[in-house]
Amino acid sequence: MSAPQIIAGRRHRQRRHALVTGVLVLLIAVAYAVTLMVGKTFYSPAEVLAVIFGDTVPGASFTVGELRLPRATLALFAGFAFGIAGATFQTMLRNPLASPDIIGISSGASAAAVFGIIVLSLDETAVSLMALGGALLTAAAIYLLSNRGGFAGTRLILIGIGVAAMLDSAVTYVLSRAAAWDLQTAMQWLTGSLNGATWASVLPVVLSCALLAPVMLSQNRNLGALRLGDDSAAALGVNVRRTRVLLIVGAVTLLAFATAAAGPIAFVAFMAGPIAARIVGAGASPLLPAGLVGALLVLVADLIGQFAFDNRYPVGVVTGVLGAPYLIYLLIRTNRSGGSL
Amino acid sequence: MSTTHTLAAEALTLAYGDRVVIEGLDIEIPPGKITAIVGANGCGKSTLLRALARLVAPRSGQVLLDGQSLRGRPTKEIARTLGLLPQSPTAPEGIAVADLVGRGRHPHQKLLARWSERDYAVVAQALADTGIADLADRAVDELSGGQRQRVWIAMALAQETDVLLLDEPTTFLDVAHQIEVLDLLTDLNRDRGTTIVMVLHDINLAARYADHVFAVRSGRIVASGAPSEVITDTLIRDVFDLDSVVVPDPVSGAPIVLPRGRHHVRPLPGTHHDALDPTLPGDPDDRAR
Repeated sequence: MSAPQIIAGRRHRQRRHALVTGVLVLLIAVAYAVTLMVGKTFYSPAEVLAVIFGDTVPGASFTVGELRLPRATLALFAGFAFGIAGATFQTMLRNPLASPDIIGISSGASAAAVFGIIVLSLDETAVSLMALGGALLTAAAIYLLSNRGGFAGTRLILIGIGVAAMLDSAVTYVLSRAAAWDLQTAMQWLTGSLNGATWASVLPVVLSCALLAPVMLSQNRNLGALRLGDDSAAALGVNVRRTRVLLIVGAVTLLAFATAAAGPIAFVAFMAGPIAARIVGAGASPLLPAGLVGALLVLVADLIGQFAFDNRYPVGVVTGVLGAPYLIYLLIRTNRSGGSL
Repeated sequence: MSTTHTLAAEALTLAYGDRVVIEGLDIEIPPGKITAIVGANGCGKSTLLRALARLVAPRSGQVLLDGQSLRGRPTKEIARTLGLLPQSPTAPEGIAVADLVGRGRHPHQKLLARWSERDYAVVAQALADTGIADLADRAVDELSGGQRQRVWIAMALAQETDVLLLDEPTTFLDVAHQIEVLDLLTDLNRDRGTTIVMVLHDINLAARYADHVFAVRSGRIVASGAPSEVITDTLIRDVFDLDSVVVPDPVSGAPIVLPRGRHHVRPLPGTHHDALDPTLPGDPDDRAR
């Protein structure tokens, strides 16, 4: 096969990537728009647009401008952050189980937040900061514990699952001692919810995405080399340790900001990467599609949670219901193919 | 293509934690030649190769590429001269052959730049040289073991390094594919002058394909030279603790090692009977030691 034919083959695969990306963006736009229009009162696209452009529309200005718009924006960016963070970990560690919500990093954020709410009675901003610190600390602890005598991805995953179990039991203990009125707030930190999204809570998530997503995406090629194994990557001239630390810090920060605002929306980080890989083709760089899939998942799950049933459910309940069977499927598949973790 | 790149190590000590694998080793890789590093399991040969490729940081001593220490030099710059095919690289699920081979272009590419025309040309050439051009758009995980090994070698070719290190490139391959891979590496050496260094399990393949052999035992080089000079029954006993007969291989003329195990050994004319007696635990010399 000559160079032009190789170019053609590669173009073909890149077109698929571009097409998938385009379709995802379109679907996200639709879900975002629906979230803004639908609710107790329906507002037409014209009314929604008027609010977005700063006109005062009776009723809509508050409902859309202060309730639905922050909610939809939080869904979009938190989902995007979860998707990128999850895919980064999964790709870097070459294991779909290596997502930050499985290996304890989300649990670290939850534990810190619940502790802040119930034991320290902190306000919202302080709780978000604690969640951020909790995620970063947990990630650092897991990384250092698994890095003794050489880095090993599988060890990181196993240690992470252990740490997650410890933190989750700590959360349960704190909750069991909690006063009833704190429980409501604390529960958000267990499943994740977009209720109570305000511009103040959304802004840090948007900023972290705007700053960190380009950094993460710039590492696409290094990440691609890391997928061949640490030795191959190093032989190709990738500074393996530096790249890994950069990717981990970036992913954990993205995840922490999103978690601080929306709670650990169950399984989004875990599902987005593999779904994205399935639709763009596994050889392609997965970060951007994973972020888009994450955003779409959260937007759609929130619509389902709000409107599909008689009761309103927080978004994390819906993603949890979707994600748990997928986790089981993944474990069965890993087992069947004879692979270990 | 240049063959003037030199690779050497000085007073190299390598260790994993407290366990010293290699101590005070000096080695000079003959430029433009095929070199094989042989030795028993766990003798430190793979560790040595990894250190030559800067994947293991020396406890002390240094690895010199063109007379300059590897330490502190930009790793991407080194990757344009020195390539390595590790023992078990992982192919991302579903990746196309051409895309995987293209990863070899990494040290020549800017972080965000698209593939250049040269990238495409080099990848096409690497695919052609390894005989897998027809497979360019296939997924790597659909291929057979032999084809897959060609893909990895093509990736190393796409890296366009004048020195190529390979860690047991023939493991997991059947005999026909082993020969195919080694023939391919010989072509590469003869056509492009690439210096090739490989760790090989199979002493007979090393004897046939290498211009130069380093025999390693317990982290030390115990013999170095052309296979026909250094591969003898004494060396095999020193390195592998194995009794053997070494004869010229009728196909290539290179030495071939015929191991003498405890079973299926026929008394040879003119050989001392005791040494071949299957009821005895080993060579009389060994028992005396």
